Amino acid sequence: MPSPSTPRQNGTSQAPQVRRKNFEEVAKSLTQEEALLEADRCLRCAAHPCQNACPVGVHIPDFIAAVKAGDIGKAASEIMKTSLLPAICGRVCPQEKHCEGHCVLKAKFGAVNIGGLERYTADTARAQGVLKAPTPAADTGKKVVCIGSGPSSLACAAELRRAGHDVTVLEALHAYGGVLRYGIPSFRLPREVINKEVETVQAMGVKFHTDVLVGATIKLDDLRKEYDAVYIGSGAGLPMMLGIPGENAVGVYSANEFLTRINLMQAYKFPDTDTPIHVGKHVIVLGGGNSAMDAARCAMRLQPQSVTIAYRRSREEMPARAAEVEHAQEESVQFEFLVTPKEIIKDENNRVTGLRFTRNELGAPDEKGRRRPVEIAGSDFVMPADTIIVAIGQRPNPTISKTTPDLKVTERGVIALNEKGETSLPGVFAGGDIIRGGATVLLAMKDGLDAARKINAYLGGK
Amino acid sequence: MQENEILVKEQLNEVVMKFVIYKPLVARAARAGQFVILRGRDGGERVPVTLVDWDEKAGTITVIIQSIGKSTFMFNSLKQGDCFLNILGPLGTAVEMKNYGTVAVIGGGVGIAEVYPIAKALKAIGNKVISILGARTKSLLILEEQMRAVSDETICCTDDGSYGQKGMVTDALKACVNSGEKIAAGFVIGPIPMMKFTSKLMVELGIEPYASLNPIMLDGTGMCGGCRVSVEGKVRFACVDGPMFPARTIDFDELIRRTGEYKLQEKTAVEKFEKDHQCKLGLH
Repeated sequence: MPSPSTPRQNGTSQAPQVRRKNFEEVAKSLTQEEALLEADRCLRCAAHPCQNACPVGVHIPDFIAAVKAGDIGKAASEIMKTSLLPAICGRVCPQEKHCEGHCVLKAKFGAVNIGGLERYTADTARAQGVLKAPTPAADTGKKVVCIGSGPSSLACAAELRRAGHDVTVLEALHAYGGVLRYGIPSFRLPREVINKEVETVQAMGVKFHTDVLVGATIKLDDLRKEYDAVYIGSGAGLPMMLGIPGENAVGVYSANEFLTRINLMQAYKFPDTDTPIHVGKHVIVLGGGNSAMDAARCAMRLQPQSVTIAYRRSREEMPARAAEVEHAQEESVQFEFLVTPKEIIKDENNRVTGLRFTRNELGAPDEKGRRRPVEIAGSDFVMPADTIIVAIGQRPNPTISKTTPDLKVTERGVIALNEKGETSLPGVFAGGDIIRGGATVLLAMKDGLDAARKINAYLGGK
Repeated sequence: MQENEILVKEQLNEVVMKFVIYKPLVARAARAGQFVILRGRDGGERVPVTLVDWDEKAGTITVIIQSIGKSTFMFNSLKQGDCFLNILGPLGTAVEMKNYGTVAVIGGGVGIAEVYPIAKALKAIGNKVISILGARTKSLLILEEQMRAVSDETICCTDDGSYGQKGMVTDALKACVNSGEKIAAGFVIGPIPMMKFTSKLMVELGIEPYASLNPIMLDGTGMCGGCRVSVEGKVRFACVDGPMFPARTIDFDELIRRTGEYKLQEKTAVEKFEKDHQCKLGLH
């Protein structure tokens, strides 16, 4: 009999005052003992609301049952029936919004730690050598190319290969993973985990190339001639800036630049690595999303005197995951709510010395129901800073659309899809941030999987 | 022959090397004014380098690199047959090619290599090309022969008078205009102060100025925004909107300060590198 009333096993984490000085993973994997206790809490309800709430439909009760039975290889295979990136999903999915948010135990005993179990399954199965890439179907003779190697393209490529197509992934940077690699810090997602997940997709026979920027190195139209179908999963990748005076001062980073220096280029290991980074004494991060939390927590690990996240509205309206906000607070990141940045103050050498803000109060809700910030006259103040990180969002990178005149984009620069989910070009599909403008890893993966099904149908499969 | 392989390496002077590299896709797509991002080793920087030449048939690109920091020292210690770890390109917006009539193409130091493809392309579509090449001293003046081959007139100047005219490229440009040349547009690449003063002079002389900017870059694809420059009072990304910009309203002083952001760190890296590699590479 399951034991739902057993306390939820959350595993252990590095203590905040220790982890804020290193880039090692914050949360540790569940131990075998913890995993078995946790698996035993699952009721295996027939309606499986968790699975229904998962955008990629992971067979959650089935994999947990296999964990409970001690068959970790089978558990991994159950997950991989619908998701080929379990070690990543187990770590970065917002489970509280999806599977765990719908667990029937949630109200009374606390949801089953599905994310923790998924991560345990992937890590343990991989360590034991029983995580097996699925065997692809017989070759279809069709060639498909996936642009980008982020979560959306990886999911699409793996699914297409499973269906028996000849699949190639083209990445613009020098390492695979897209936003997983340049955006998400190693203390949330170790680089080794990304490498291993990519290796699994490679083991299925998907071909990968770095250093190909579609639109520059090769045109989309050339790819259309060479391949039977194209998937564009090239992500967001165009940072939004504030448009306030002083934004080009030395010491002002976009979140993309700051995170790329640290995560992709490993600037925190400088001079062992060659890309530098500099934070000074006081860091201000502007924004309230997950990138702002990641940037602030990365900045903290470079050990300045203070890191402050400044956000226009109040804590309630912040789009970041609650857990990320809590982690940041535990690591001594400070928050300044209800402030609007007005001007970056700089010295005679064009270096940042501070930021002038105006205080806000909350007004009427906007179209999304979030209360709008309203400036309070005469409330200006200056906060000293050596480094300012602008984390207010991004838009799709226009490299492909600019060099493909027939590819329709919306006013916001995202690739336009028709009601069937196709772009304006036959055989060209798109998903992830290039159609959403900035979403989550999980939704990007879902788009990739959905597109793979559409591409299958387009290529005459089932 | 494999991708990224160095087929030819040629030393142009004590600090400048020329590499011919096998990279067919880039060779096919390259246009004048574009660049590539190079990486030499695991953990290495992404370094933007101008495409000096390319040969679609042979599948090769040519880059010319001056040793100025750790990464460029390491690039220049690669040998024929070695491979760059990564080459991404061609990046940036190509220079718009049209017939201006008479154009000035002005290169300073290793910037001569960078204006070469622009001179070549401008000449190919029928412009009268006046090239002005400047360097501190004779040994640093590179590609004179190649520039002469694609120019109607070539003027060399050195700061110390060891070769050609003694003086700056601005002196030569002024003399050129005073002698009656009607120059419609000028393209300048070199150290930032040189580009600043040459652009200013061009405006005074009624020449439409263009300058190619070299801010700090990371990805080179428009993703990071580190290469922000101010042109016409607007923020532009040099990697995708440039690197060549109309130069009347470029904020060169801001660019100088932004490119100096990591001076200290760069010094640390060079010192550590020299200490670690003194014996192996014989840099001194």
